[in-house]
Amino acid sequence: MKELLNSPLAHVCFTLAVFILSKKLQAKYKSPLLNPILITIVLVISFLLLTDTSYQDYERNTQVISFWLAPSVIALGYALYSFLGEIKADFKKIIISMIVGSLTGIVSVFITAYLLGASKATMISLAPKSVTTPIAIEVSKEMGGIPSLTVAFVIVVGVLGAIFGQTYLKLIGVNDPKSVGLSLGATAHALGTASISERGPDFSAFGGLGMALNGVLTAILAPWVIKLLLILLY
Amino acid sequence: MILIKQVAIFLGLWLLGEIISYYSHLPLSGSIIGMLLLLIGLESKLIKTKDVKDVANFLLNNMAMFFIPAGVGLMCHYRVLKQEWLPISVAIVVSAIVVMTVVGLIMKKRS
Repeated sequence: MKELLNSPLAHVCFTLAVFILSKKLQAKYKSPLLNPILITIVLVISFLLLTDTSYQDYERNTQVISFWLAPSVIALGYALYSFLGEIKADFKKIIISMIVGSLTGIVSVFITAYLLGASKATMISLAPKSVTTPIAIEVSKEMGGIPSLTVAFVIVVGVLGAIFGQTYLKLIGVNDPKSVGLSLGATAHALGTASISERGPDFSAFGGLGMALNGVLTAILAPWVIKLLLILLY
Repeated sequence: MILIKQVAIFLGLWLLGEIISYYSHLPLSGSIIGMLLLLIGLESKLIKTKDVKDVANFLLNNMAMFFIPAGVGLMCHYRVLKQEWLPISVAIVVSAIVVMTVVGLIMKKRS
């Protein structure tokens, strides 16, 4: 029984079942707190702790799920292609908003963490938090952060963005697919983009664009901004 | 067969993206490069829409699920997250609000 519980079959079945059920729950009650990603993560962690299973085992057993993460990022290229006309029409504004967004994102997280007494390594690990994992890892490693901690922050930002992002944007009156997609894609990468994919293909397309542009810009800008901030603060 | 061909195109683009990422030393992941390759391929008509459409829609609609294994990895960072939870969580929330506000408002202006 113990071996069966710690098999790819059992872990994949459990993960899929919990995810499908929590999606149904959200469809029924429509509360942002009932986010399927959050519920599934919490329930899977509880299940692993209860069955005394290590994360390494779970990670290995569910590779059949996480394998599709990269192809789903590539699929955003298809979504972008469908809306290329609209992107070209607004190109300048999109680029400006993404440069400002990337810079304010890095500076604000760094300064806030500094003021609240975080350690230097934590601050550097936080800086690339808004971009997809592979880019975030590279920036963190290069600047003296802790890559695995950065991965944790990337996930936290993604989950928070997926849960509260849409509600907050509604509050400040941002509702059109372009603005919502770019904001959430730039703030909460693929998880933010996934959270709005149900609102239509135009939302996914701009989410993907926000995520890609913010990723590229952060990869280029973050090392310089971090260097400058470290000189100014220490 | 149709689906297998579509899946093969996606995996091929991924592999090509990884190869380019490895040799170019760009700080871009293979998947982001693959995304740009797919966009360029479709725009230049080298890749036909009908050859990627079904799998692309399947992947886009289920993106959230593919993140779950990585998300469960949070359980490994329990100690650091507990120790510095206040600066970490406040900084993340403040920064997320700043970015969403800035990007959302710039995009909304004049549109």
